Amino acid sequence: MPNPTDLKYTAEHEWLREDGDVATVGITAFAAEKLGDIVYIELPRVGTTVSAGSIVGEIESTKSVGELYSPVSGEVTEVNDAVVGSPELVNSEPFGAGWLVKVRVTALGETMDSVAYDTLTGA
Amino acid sequence: MTENLRQSPLASAHRALGASFTDFAGWDMPVRYSSDLAEHHAVRTSAGLFDISHMAEISVVGEDAGRFLDYAVSTQPSVDPVGRAKYSLLLNEAGGVLDDLIVYRLSDTHFLVVANAGNRFVVFDELVARSAGFAVEVRDQSDETAMLAVQGPRALDILLATPTLSVDGVGASAEASGTSLTELGYYRCTPGSFLGAPVLIARTGYTGEDGFEIYIDAQRASELWTALLEVGEAFGLVPCGLACRDTLRLEAGMPLYGHELDLATRPDQAGLARSVALSKPGDFVGRAAIQQGTPTDAPVLVGLVGDGKRAARAGYEIFSGDARVGEVTSGALSPTLGYPIALAYVDPSVGAVGTALEVDVRGTRLVFTVTALPFYSRKKI
Repeated sequence: MPNPTDLKYTAEHEWLREDGDVATVGITAFAAEKLGDIVYIELPRVGTTVSAGSIVGEIESTKSVGELYSPVSGEVTEVNDAVVGSPELVNSEPFGAGWLVKVRVTALGETMDSVAYDTLTGA
Repeated sequence: MTENLRQSPLASAHRALGASFTDFAGWDMPVRYSSDLAEHHAVRTSAGLFDISHMAEISVVGEDAGRFLDYAVSTQPSVDPVGRAKYSLLLNEAGGVLDDLIVYRLSDTHFLVVANAGNRFVVFDELVARSAGFAVEVRDQSDETAMLAVQGPRALDILLATPTLSVDGVGASAEASGTSLTELGYYRCTPGSFLGAPVLIARTGYTGEDGFEIYIDAQRASELWTALLEVGEAFGLVPCGLACRDTLRLEAGMPLYGHELDLATRPDQAGLARSVALSKPGDFVGRAAIQQGTPTDAPVLVGLVGDGKRAARAGYEIFSGDARVGEVTSGALSPTLGYPIALAYVDPSVGAVGTALEVDVRGTRLVFTVTALPFYSRKKI
């Protein structure tokens, strides 16, 4: 699955899409593939203040646990209840229906563009 | 990176199937081909094909082979009939577990010892050292031997439908060999052939389902792999990686060396006292320590089940009230059962079935209840 060129990426394999001051955050296809079948997702509550680089959630596959790092600082405005109920969405549509949280951004963490992320992941 | 890892003789077949790989005991092995959950369910409902060529095969040949193994391992292979497979332990003098093995009797004077990949050299070196004074030759055949497993309720149908695979002494035709494979009992093995290559077919496995493990010359392995996949497709056979092998064995309550078994663990702690033949005549390595008994407060292996979806994983601590009473050794959200299951060593005072304990799941204490093993057993027809 190619990495969309209109997204920003982190070294921890999150992606973010900026829309005004709100960023939608998910994990990349590369991360989902490495984890294997995702069976449990824990996300922060709406209203939680998060800071860039901090752990805000957990993503468990049959084999392992991955931590979700927030790529931005700000306040969580929405979480994707659909992936909590159907974690496999993150495997099937990591850049679409498998998004995880939306954050009203006060500061961006360190990100890279899709070219740099392609290089990082050998895509 | 990968150039330091050992390659299976089937590596190119796995790449062609799009497998993801993992370093397993120094081997570059398929962890999954598509979805480890789908592969897991295929084994429970139809069948899965595994490459387990990383396993170690050590042959023991000679006039004293049976008597030697009686001394070297925990069971009594000398009294097993030809064609019997026996789950056995390699103990050290202190009664600790060096590895768990399957010992196959191939003839009066020939046994095959199958060990875990990570313990290949430990087992081989120990067997050689213990063979002093016995008329026996211990040979490591791991490099030239491949091992495939067909596991699942359709496994027998698939082998019967593979015309190029036959069982010796019954005739080459599929019908004739079929009769014999149908009658091959659990933990029994038979020699056979595949397109002229000798094979050993055993009704053994590590999934909790009916199935077979097939040993073949490494150079012929890819032909057999391809033949089984082609024939098996109509039966729902899919290639399966090590990820689902682990969740399958966990549901079946089977120990994994390095998790449930190690040097510090004695067989009875792991519920494996029956795999130590204390009644056999003569000495064997570990006998004195085992006969002294295990301290009554030594941790015991139990099964744990939880609610919800969060798995208790290897290394997580277990509490009863404020007291730390044990540690998880393997755990996952059970794909078949839909709830978390775990194997754990706990203080025997909290080891009774039905005891409610708490597991520290990354800072949150979740209730798990001690349950009888296995978590899953197939319906016997």
